[in-house]
Amino acid sequence: MSQHTTEPPTSALDLAEEFLDRTTPLSRIRNTLHRYPAISPAIVLVVSVIVFGLLNDRFLNPANLSLITQQVAVVGTLAIAQTLIILTAGIDLSVGAVMVLSSMVIAQTTVQAGLPAVVGLFLGLLVGLGAGALNGFLVTRLKLPPFIVTLGTLNIFVALTLLYSGGATVRGGEMPALLTWTGSTFDIAGVNFTVGVVMMLLLYVAIAFILAKTAWGRHVYAVGDDKESARLAGIRVNRVLMSVYLAAGAILAIGAWIQIGRANAASPNAGFDLNLDSITAVVIGGTSLFGGRGTVWGTLLGALIVGVFRNGLSLAGLDVLWQTFAVGVLIIVAVSVDQWIRKVRK
Amino acid sequence: MTDTIAADAAGGASTETRTPILRARRLVKTFGRVVGLDGVSLDLYPGEVLAVIGDNGAGKSTLIKCLTGAEIPDEGEIFLDGKPVHFKRPQDARAAGIETVYQNLAVSPALDVAANLFLGREERRKGLLGSVFRMVDQKGMRQKAKDELQALGISTLQDVTVAVENLSGGQRQAVAVARAAAFGSKVVVLDEPTAALGVRESNQVLELIKNLRERGIPVILISHNMPHVFEVADRIHIQRLGKRAATITPESHSMTDAVAIMTGAARA
Repeated sequence: MSQHTTEPPTSALDLAEEFLDRTTPLSRIRNTLHRYPAISPAIVLVVSVIVFGLLNDRFLNPANLSLITQQVAVVGTLAIAQTLIILTAGIDLSVGAVMVLSSMVIAQTTVQAGLPAVVGLFLGLLVGLGAGALNGFLVTRLKLPPFIVTLGTLNIFVALTLLYSGGATVRGGEMPALLTWTGSTFDIAGVNFTVGVVMMLLLYVAIAFILAKTAWGRHVYAVGDDKESARLAGIRVNRVLMSVYLAAGAILAIGAWIQIGRANAASPNAGFDLNLDSITAVVIGGTSLFGGRGTVWGTLLGALIVGVFRNGLSLAGLDVLWQTFAVGVLIIVAVSVDQWIRKVRK
Repeated sequence: MTDTIAADAAGGASTETRTPILRARRLVKTFGRVVGLDGVSLDLYPGEVLAVIGDNGAGKSTLIKCLTGAEIPDEGEIFLDGKPVHFKRPQDARAAGIETVYQNLAVSPALDVAANLFLGREERRKGLLGSVFRMVDQKGMRQKAKDELQALGISTLQDVTVAVENLSGGQRQAVAVARAAAFGSKVVVLDEPTAALGVRESNQVLELIKNLRERGIPVILISHNMPHVFEVADRIHIQRLGKRAATITPESHSMTDAVAIMTGAARA
């Protein structure tokens, strides 16, 4: 108690450092990871690229690296939408279904109905926004948990897709060139990039900027962090949530365009499994499923890690089932690391 | 004006010359057949700390909710700066300059101190970066947050870039109080600010309340903790059974007297 007499009253409110447990090297690492959640996926990516590069000469071949980016383009785009929703402490099981529905609408309206490609893309965007609006409405107005909402809409969108398309695939050759443009390649320093990959990267830049530099971005974090606190701070929580689901829907429509180019087709049966792959990318990327913590850069790293693992293991000659096995292990390790990091919050 | 005189007579404080910044007149609030507030009046003068105490169910929460827009009184009037106000929701009260700090430490743990201070009222960059790209003025807000904390006497919380989750309970409460007191608010309402805190952290918050008074910001403090109330309050409004039992001062009455009035064992 003697310290009270020696200290001026204001110093009673002490430096934050005092409350950070920096006693051991391990807790120091934890604090750093806590502050920069993208560090651990970055380390995993670098290490896995080095290991797979040593295991197989062909891995670091420019053509192979280009293939990895192309394989990641669609799930990487869906994972941006998934990140936004998970940051608000939600989850979206319908991202793959919305993407497929949107891609079928884009393809059918241009090929069957003969509408111009731009109009088809616009209708695809409307489908994405409509799906986002439905999810957002159910989450904000009916106050249903996002898991349940999107589990329901997942089934609805899958059924709508099959009903609408009649189960038929539309080939890329029948489509206007604009729709498959996302699959066309160009060369940078000997590495092939597709337009779809560049689009995905531009989306990452845009969303990362918005999340980090705008008031809306901060509100997304605040809502995911603690809804009630955000409301008391004067944030219109429902409006933020609704805008997140709409933004996610728009991103999924762009994903649909990228998917058409990547597959050179629009198939009603492709990509439903991308729901879980997108969640995997987000989780491995260090974004917390409890909301309020994480970045889209982490998600990009997460998507690349999954792509590198699948590609590397297949080059190493392992059965495709072992790739899935490895992704499963990655998820559990990533979430365990997240739990450990979160222990900083006492 | 008879109310004011009556109140002063009851409280024994000579405050006739000052005009209250916030005054409530004969507030009535019923919940079905339960009378939460039974004609309660309250005056808050500039630069004072007014404590509101009372047993559970005495109506102190209802009174505060009516003043901060969380409840709408059935009858009675509220004046802010002499003008009648009718709050329909908490945002209305905040817009009028009444800021409330809630018990449950309403801060966003993952955001840093500066982001929390400006949460919901972020400032944008000047020029195209702000108007077209909607960029927030991170640097400017951090500087202002620093200045604001310094002005409130929280100058030792220098690093406004620390995430709030890394702060102690007392420091989080300091951030919440600073957010309420910043940006030219007229009245700060603190609902049990020390209830969740330890001894040392409570002392930090009490210091902060004194700093607010020194800056001329009037404070309404709801608390169960008699020593805390008697340490910082200028006047003490005692609620009992939906009515104002008395308004006393720490000089005129002892803690035992206050408890006696609160429980009905004595009259003011």
